[in-house]
Amino acid sequence: MLVYVLRRMLYTVPIAIGVSLVCFALIHLAPGDPLSSIIPEGASPETVAQIRTAYGFDRPLPVQYLKWLGHVVTGDFGTSIMTRRPVLSEVLPAIANTLTLAAAAVIFGFLLGCIFGVVSGYVAGTPTDRAVTAVSITGVSIPHYWLGMVLIVIFAVNLNLLPATGMGEGGSGSFGFGWDSLQYLILPALTLSVIPAGIIARSVRGTVAEVRKQDYMQTLYAKGLPGRRVFVHVVKNALPAVLAVMGLQLAQLLGGSILVETVFSWPGTGFLLNNAIFTRDLPMLQGTILVLAMFFVLINLLVDILQTAVDPRIKRA
Amino acid sequence: MTRRSFLRLLSAASLTALTMMTAQHDRAWAQSKPGVLRVAMTAGDIPLTTGQPSQGGEGIRFMGITVYDGLTRWDLSKSDKAAQIIPALAESWVVNPADQKIWTFTLRKGVKFHDGSEFNADAVVWNFDKLMKKESAQFDQSQANQAASYFAPIASWRKIDDWTVEITTKRVDAVLPYNLASLFMSSPKRWEELGKDWSKFAEKPSGTGPWILESFKPRERAELVRYAQHWDKTRITKSERLILLPMPDANTRVAALLSGQVDWIEAPPPDSVARLKQQKMQIVTNLYPHIWPYQLSFLDDSPFKDIRIRKAANLAIDREGIAKMLGGLAVPAKGMIDDKHPWYGKPNFQIKYDPAQAKALLKEAGYGPDKPVKVKMIISPSGSGQMQPLPMNEFIKENFKDVGIDMEFEVMDWEALRTRRRLGAEAPENKGRHGINNSWAYWDPDIGLIAAAGSFARVPIGFNWGDYKDAKADELALKAKATFDPAEQNKILGELHTRLVDEAMWIWVVHDLNPRALRPNVKGFVQAQSWFQDLTPVSVE
Repeated sequence: MLVYVLRRMLYTVPIAIGVSLVCFALIHLAPGDPLSSIIPEGASPETVAQIRTAYGFDRPLPVQYLKWLGHVVTGDFGTSIMTRRPVLSEVLPAIANTLTLAAAAVIFGFLLGCIFGVVSGYVAGTPTDRAVTAVSITGVSIPHYWLGMVLIVIFAVNLNLLPATGMGEGGSGSFGFGWDSLQYLILPALTLSVIPAGIIARSVRGTVAEVRKQDYMQTLYAKGLPGRRVFVHVVKNALPAVLAVMGLQLAQLLGGSILVETVFSWPGTGFLLNNAIFTRDLPMLQGTILVLAMFFVLINLLVDILQTAVDPRIKRA
Repeated sequence: MTRRSFLRLLSAASLTALTMMTAQHDRAWAQSKPGVLRVAMTAGDIPLTTGQPSQGGEGIRFMGITVYDGLTRWDLSKSDKAAQIIPALAESWVVNPADQKIWTFTLRKGVKFHDGSEFNADAVVWNFDKLMKKESAQFDQSQANQAASYFAPIASWRKIDDWTVEITTKRVDAVLPYNLASLFMSSPKRWEELGKDWSKFAEKPSGTGPWILESFKPRERAELVRYAQHWDKTRITKSERLILLPMPDANTRVAALLSGQVDWIEAPPPDSVARLKQQKMQIVTNLYPHIWPYQLSFLDDSPFKDIRIRKAANLAIDREGIAKMLGGLAVPAKGMIDDKHPWYGKPNFQIKYDPAQAKALLKEAGYGPDKPVKVKMIISPSGSGQMQPLPMNEFIKENFKDVGIDMEFEVMDWEALRTRRRLGAEAPENKGRHGINNSWAYWDPDIGLIAAAGSFARVPIGFNWGDYKDAKADELALKAKATFDPAEQNKILGELHTRLVDEAMWIWVVHDLNPRALRPNVKGFVQAQSWFQDLTPVSVE
C-alpha cells in the first residue's frame, strides 16, 4: 500500500509541471495586452515600456515562465498587477470561502444525489425511476447562474427570506456557524449543489442497479437476509464508484463557480478569477489557477488512495 | 408510532422550525440604518486606497474624491450644468505671462490630513515625487501607473515657500487644472509612520478628503467614516458611515437593492428600471461627459475617408429607437459633446435620423442597397461605458443595412479591444478594420476633443486612433491648449467641436445617462453632470 501511495504521489509531479505550463501558456495566448488595464490612457511609449519592464513582461515567454516557476516553488506566487497585493494572500482566503461554499454544496448534493440514486437504482425501469432520472438530468442541465438568479428573485426579492449577496453583514471575516452567517450560505450552496446532485444521482443509480443484478445479491436474498442488511451490502459495493464521483465533484466545486460566486458576490476563487479575467491580471490568474489545479490533483490523489483502501481490487488493477 | 407517521411528524416539525426561524429573524441585512450609506459599485474589487485609485472613473468617484483631495476639484454641487474645475487644496493659481509654461499655486492654509499632520508645499512636492520621481523613497509604481495620464503634461515642480508651489509644464498647456483634480495628496507622515510601506499605507490610508477609510477587505467591502475636521465645512458628510460593496453583476445589484441589502446601486440595467420604479426606488439620471461612438479609420483602405459616407452613417442611425431600447437611459447624440455643454458650439451638420438623406449621400458616393459600402468594426460584448454593446450594434447594423452600409463585426473582450485601440488603426492587427466601438469620455478638453482629433495626437501619444488629419481642427486644438481664460477656452473648444461635427469625424450614437438607483429613504443626492459624484450631502433616513 505504501509503495502504491508513494508511486501515486510521484505521478503528481509531472502532472503539476504540465498543469503549470498549460496554465501559463493559455493565459499568454489569450488576445490583448496583460497590462492594458493598468496602462493609463494616453501613456507615452516610454511610460508603457517602463511599466512593461517593471512587471517583467519585456522578457521572452520561456524566461518569464521559468522565473515564475522558480518563484512558485519557493512559495512566491507573485503580486497582483491590479491590487499590488501578494497573490497567495488573495488566493488563500478566497479558497477558504470557496471551501465553505463547496462543502455546503457537496453535502446538499451528496444527500440529494444519494437519495435519488438509490431510489432510482432500486426501482430501475419503473416510472418512478424515469421520473427521478428526469429530475437528475434537469439538475445537471440547468444553468447555474439562471437558477441562482431565480432563487434570488424568489427568496431574497419577493419573499425577503434570505439575503441576496455576500457573506454576511461583516463580510467573510465575521462568517461563523450562527444563523446570521448561514443564511447567506443557503442560496449559493443550493444553486451550486444541483449539478453534483444530478451527477451523483446518475452515478449512484447506475452502480446500485448494477450491483443489484450481481449473483451474490441473489445469494444474500436466498440466505434470507432482511432488506436493510442487503442494502448495506449494496452500499458497500457501490461506495468506491460514488466516492470517485464525489471527489471529482468536490474538486470541481473547489475551483469555484465563476458565475455562481459572481451572481451571489461570494468572495471565493470564482469571484477572484472573474475579476482577474476582466482586469487581465495575469499573476493573479496564473496563481489562482495553479493553486486550484494543485487542489484538484491532491483531491484526486486522496480519492485514489481512499478507493484503494475501500476496495483493494483497484490497487491490483 | 409507525415509521410513516414518524416521518410525517418529522417533516412537519422541520417545516415549522424553518418557518419560525425565518419569520422571527430580524433580517438585519434588509434594513437601512440611519446615517449609514451602503453603495453597490460595479467594480469587482475595492479600488486602490493609497491615493491614486484603480478602477477608472468609478475608482476616483468612490476612493479618490472621498478620502483624498487634489489641488483642484470638480464642482459637483449642481445638476443643471456641466461640472467645472474649482480650487481645492490650492486656493488660487496664476500663469507666468512671460513663460506660460510656469504656474504658481497658492495653497490653502489650515488643512490637516486625517492623521493630524499639516498639508503644505512640502506635502505637494512629496506627492509629486511619489508619482514622478523614480529615485525618491516614496515613488510608487502602482500609483504612478494610475496617474500617468494626469501628470503627463508636468515637467517639473518645486516649493517656493510653505504655501506656494511652482509647476512647469512640458509645453504651454491650459488644461493643467483639469489634470490636477485627479492627482491626490497622500499623507507623508502616515507613510513614514508605517515604515515607508505603501502596502501598509493601503490598509490605513490618510488623505485630506471628507471621508476616512476605516477598514477594507479586498473584493468584499470598504468602510469609510466622516472626517469632521475637513477643511471645507460645507462638505462635512451628512452620513456618518459609507460602506462600499463591489458587485460586478448588474442583476445582483438590483436584487441587493430590492431586498434591502444596499441603499444605492450604480448602473442598474435598463430592463430593471420599471421594476425598481414600481418598488418606489429613485432612478437618478443626468447627462455626463460620455459618448457611445464608432471611432473611424482614415487610412487608405477605409471607406470612411469619404465624408459623404461618414455623414450617411451618422444619418442612418435611429437614435431615438436605441434610447427607447435602452429604457430611456440614453439620449441621442448630436456630436461628440452633448448640446447642453459649453463645448458643443454651433455645428451646421445636424446629426439626426434621416435615412433618405443617408441614401442620397451614399448614392452620390457611388453606393446603394444594391452595391453596399462594406465596413468592418471592432466591438466588445461588454466593458466600462459600453452600455449594451451587442444589441446596440445589432440595431445599428440593421439601420445601416437599410441605407446600403454592410457592417461586419469583429467581437473581442473589452481589454482586447482596449489594446487594439491603443495600437491605432495603422497597426497590423487592425488592418482591414474601419472603426472601433470604444465608448469615450469628454471630461477634460484633452481627452474629449484636443487629443482625440489633433493630428499631432495619434495613438499612443494621444487618442487619435484613426489618423484623422484636419489642419483647421489642429489649429483650433492648439489654440485651446494655449488659452488660459476658461470662458475663452470654452468658446474655442466649441468651435473645435463644430468643426469635428461638420466633418463627421466619428459616428456618434448616444450619450449614456449615468443611471443609479437609490432607496426612497436616501436623501440629498445631487447628480452632477460628471463621471464623479459628491456623496457628502447624501443621508439615509
